[in-house]
Parts: sequence; structure tokens; C-alpha cells
Amino acid sequence: MSEPLSPSERVAVARNPGRPNIPDFISALFTDFFEQRGDRLCGEDAGILGGIARFHGRPVTVLGTRKGKTLEENLACNFGMPSPEGYRKALRLMRQAEKFRRPVLTFIDTPGAYPGLEAEARGQGEAIARNLLEMSRLTVPVVAIVTGEGNSGGALALGVADRVLMLENAVYSILSPEGFASILWKDAGRSAEACGLMKLTAPDLKRLGVIDEIVPEPAGGAHLAPEIAFAQLDQALVRCLTQLSKPSGAALTAARYQKFRQMGTVPIPGKEEP
Amino acid sequence: MNDIFARRRQKLLAMKAFRDRQTHPDALGEACPHCGASSSRKALSAALYVCPRCGHHFPIGAYYRLSILLDPGSFRELGNRSAVFDPLQFPGYRKKLETAQRMTGLSEAVVIATGSIDGHKAVLGVLDNRFLMGSMSAEVGERVTTAIETAARQKLPLILFSASGGARMQEGILSLMQMAKTSAALARLDEKGGLYISVLTDPTTGGVTASFASLGDIILAEPGALIGFAGPRVIQQTIGQSLPEGFQRAEFQMEHGFVDAIVPRDRLRATLAQLLELHSKGGRI
Repeated sequence: MSEPLSPSERVAVARNPGRPNIPDFISALFTDFFEQRGDRLCGEDAGILGGIARFHGRPVTVLGTRKGKTLEENLACNFGMPSPEGYRKALRLMRQAEKFRRPVLTFIDTPGAYPGLEAEARGQGEAIARNLLEMSRLTVPVVAIVTGEGNSGGALALGVADRVLMLENAVYSILSPEGFASILWKDAGRSAEACGLMKLTAPDLKRLGVIDEIVPEPAGGAHLAPEIAFAQLDQALVRCLTQLSKPSGAALTAARYQKFRQMGTVPIPGKEEP
Repeated sequence: MNDIFARRRQKLLAMKAFRDRQTHPDALGEACPHCGASSSRKALSAALYVCPRCGHHFPIGAYYRLSILLDPGSFRELGNRSAVFDPLQFPGYRKKLETAQRMTGLSEAVVIATGSIDGHKAVLGVLDNRFLMGSMSAEVGERVTTAIETAARQKLPLILFSASGGARMQEGILSLMQMAKTSAALARLDEKGGLYISVLTDPTTGGVTASFASLGDIILAEPGALIGFAGPRVIQQTIGQSLPEGFQRAEFQMEHGFVDAIVPRDRLRATLAQLLELHSKGGRI
């Protein structure tokens, strides 16, 4: 493997327009994909792509954020920033997966939930919150894969999973580095500095216990040799689903609860180094 | 004996509430930021920090809020350790936390407690906007989760008051994960049939809106409270135009179906008592 990239280089690779995105992953790793649309409440959001497919022959529900590759697609998908309709569609698909006992695989690559007028009026906050609550109690295996950039609650809304995987150069953070710098220092131009402090790379997040596994990428990034990244991810997913197929639904949700319950547990005062 | 302890607890809360009122920057000034009317400190205090002229609700401290809600002597604080947790070793964060602790007398941005309202015992959590804008740190998430788990274990109703600018940037991804943690704990309370009343106060935004604040069985809001996921400035930048009057205010959220009722501060205790009463057993049919 090559020299590891710096945090801000990883952000650039994670956002490279040539990086494999959810339609690429679906066609490379799954067969018989059938796309499902609409939240059954009021709309359809192309910023989330989802449906039923087979993974090594096993029916699964696969869904994730979609950025699009051409400008036309970018606009149709709102550059991968979902609206409440998108999150509610995702929830509908996940509940259906539970009904038919299909594992759920989510792909995360988003600048964040869309901060727009209509999105707010239709309850962006409520839609994300509901997903977090409901995902925590799904009784089927859930695996999330951060493939590009995973920013803010808009990423976490698809990320409450039994296993959270990250491609080697993907980033996962509370906010985009630009947003972070603009909130803390009122200067979005200091984003490179923010990248260094945010602990947003896969190795950092593995150390913090936020993710479970890092999926290796070819030297320079997945866009240079996508088939290598696909093969690595395929292996990792087979391994995860094999492990998660044994426990009962109740055991899965109990373990998932504990996994998130312990995140950021504050150490007893005095035990921590000043 | 019980009486002595109850009196001591009452005195303690009264003292903490008094300090809250002294250290709240907004409520000290005499002019209302909304209508500009000036009122004496005494008049404001008598009106529970609601502007007597326009009804603007000033933000209030957590202990003060508990002191105007709870039955005398029923307040018992749950977990209030003064930990300084800096998971990302973020430059300057420790100092910022210590300063906030000194300025507010709070150990973090939320107070959790048990207490009773008109005889109905409940678990309460109150976010305090004075402490780093009520932002969600790992410790805030931990305390809120502790409150939720206590409610589930003791089969008590849960009431959470939100007032938050969102995530605690300096704790990065671990702040984000508190959204999942608190929401997952609420899923368990829900499965046990526990009642959760969420009260949204000014301002409730970001990660708090996108987690526990939006998940109440019943959601109340104080008049005029700003409630939203993205803040008004971010939205304005995104869409490149100014926002309509009243956008993201409590009244707007009720109109759009996200709030059950808007309750003025002087009616809050009675409304909560009514809701707790409606969730107790009774009736002959």
C-alpha cells in the first residue's frame, strides 16, 4: 500500500467526482436490483437511491445517498443532499426489509442533509431523528458503508448499523470541514486546518470506536482502480453478513444498542490525563 | 425526617435558581430584545421572565426552570459530576469548558433530575443555553441518555426541555454520535410504554432537533421559540434570499404539524400536570 494521505487530501479524494458512487457499487456488487421510489407520504427524493437486490444470491435491501455524476444528475439529486422525503423513503424501505427479513445495506456519501426552506418546512430534523430511533431497533442485520464524505446528521440518519465500514479514504464527520471552520472561526477558508483537527479519517474513527472496519482502497484512491475497491468491499460485506446472520433479531438490537450507548462515554474524573 | 430533607432540597434548588437568574445575560437587561419595552427586574421576575408587554419569552436557566415547575422539595438531581472531557484534544477546548463552568455554575449544558409536578413524579432533563449554547457534548448525551434510561427503569414519565445551538463542534464525531445514542434510548423507552413529553424552547436547533427533541409522544413549545434543523443563517446562504417572517418559529412548526401545542410559560406547569394526569390510570370503563 502507498503512503497514507493527509486528512485534507483524503477529503479531496473522498469528493473526487470520479469516485465510485452508489449506482456503481450496486452494479458491481449486487444483481437483480429493483429500484423503489417515494416516501408514500408526499414525494420522491432522487438524492436517496434504494431498492431490493441480491447479494451473493441473498435478497437484501440496499439504499444510500446519491450525488449523481453529470451536472444534470447532480441537480436532480441535489448534489447528494437529501430532503425529508429521502429519509422517509429510506425508513420505509428499511421497515419493509424487516418485514421480509432482508438485511439492510446503506451507502453513505453526502455533504449533509439539505438546509433549504422546504426541507425545513417538511421536518428535516424530525425525519432524521425518526430514522435514528427506528434504525436502532430494526431486527434484521444492518451494515453501513461510508464510501465518500459522510457529513452531519444527514449521514448518521443512514448510519445506525451493526457494522459501520469505511473505505480507506472516506471521511466521516460532524459537519463539512468548511462548515466547521466557519462555525468555530467564522472563516470557511481555514478548512484545511479543520481537517487536521476533526479526526475525520477512517483510522482516526476506528481508534475512537465510531467505525468497525476499514476497507482498503487502491493507491491514490478508489477512482483510479474501482474494481480493486469493489473486490475489497465485497469481501468485507460477505464477512459482516455471515457474522450477523447468526444472532436473533433481539440479540442484534441489544448489541446495536450497546454499541452506540458506549460512544463518548465520559471517563471518571481524575482518571483522565490533564 | 423526610420533611427536613425535602426542605433542604427545596432550599438548594432555590439557591441554584437564584444564581441562574443572576447569571443569565439576557434576562438581566431591562429592555426586551423583541419589542424594546423596558421593565424592572422585579416585574420580569414576577412574570417568569416573559416580557409583560409583548410576551417575548427570555431564555431561562435550567435550575430556575425546575424551580418554577416542580413541587416544593421534590427536586433530586441525577448525576452532576464535573468532568472535563476532551476526546479530540481540541486546542483551547478545556479552557473554554472551565470558563463556561465558572461563568454559569453549571457542570455541563444539561441538568437532569427527578421531581414531581402536582404530585406526579417524573424524570426531567433541562438543557441550558448559557453553557456553550446548550450544545450537545458527549456528557450532555450521556446525561440525557441516563435520564431516559432512568425513566424506563423506574417506569416514570420523561420530560425533556430542549434549548440548543446543536452539536458541540470541539467534540466532533462523538458529539454527532450522541444523536444516535439518545434516539436509541428513546426507542427502548417507547417499547416499554413510557411517556415522553418534549418541550422545545428558544432556540432548539441542529443535532438536538434531529434527535431527542423531535421524538416526543407529545411535543410542546414555548411561544416564539426558534425550532429547526439548519439555522436561519445557513438556510439564507443556501437559498440566497431572506427568510419569510416567522419562519421556523414555534407557531410555524405547529402549523406544519411538528408541535402539538404552544404553551406560554405561566401555563406550562398546569399543562404538564394535566398531561401527566391523563397518562395515569383511572376511570370505570
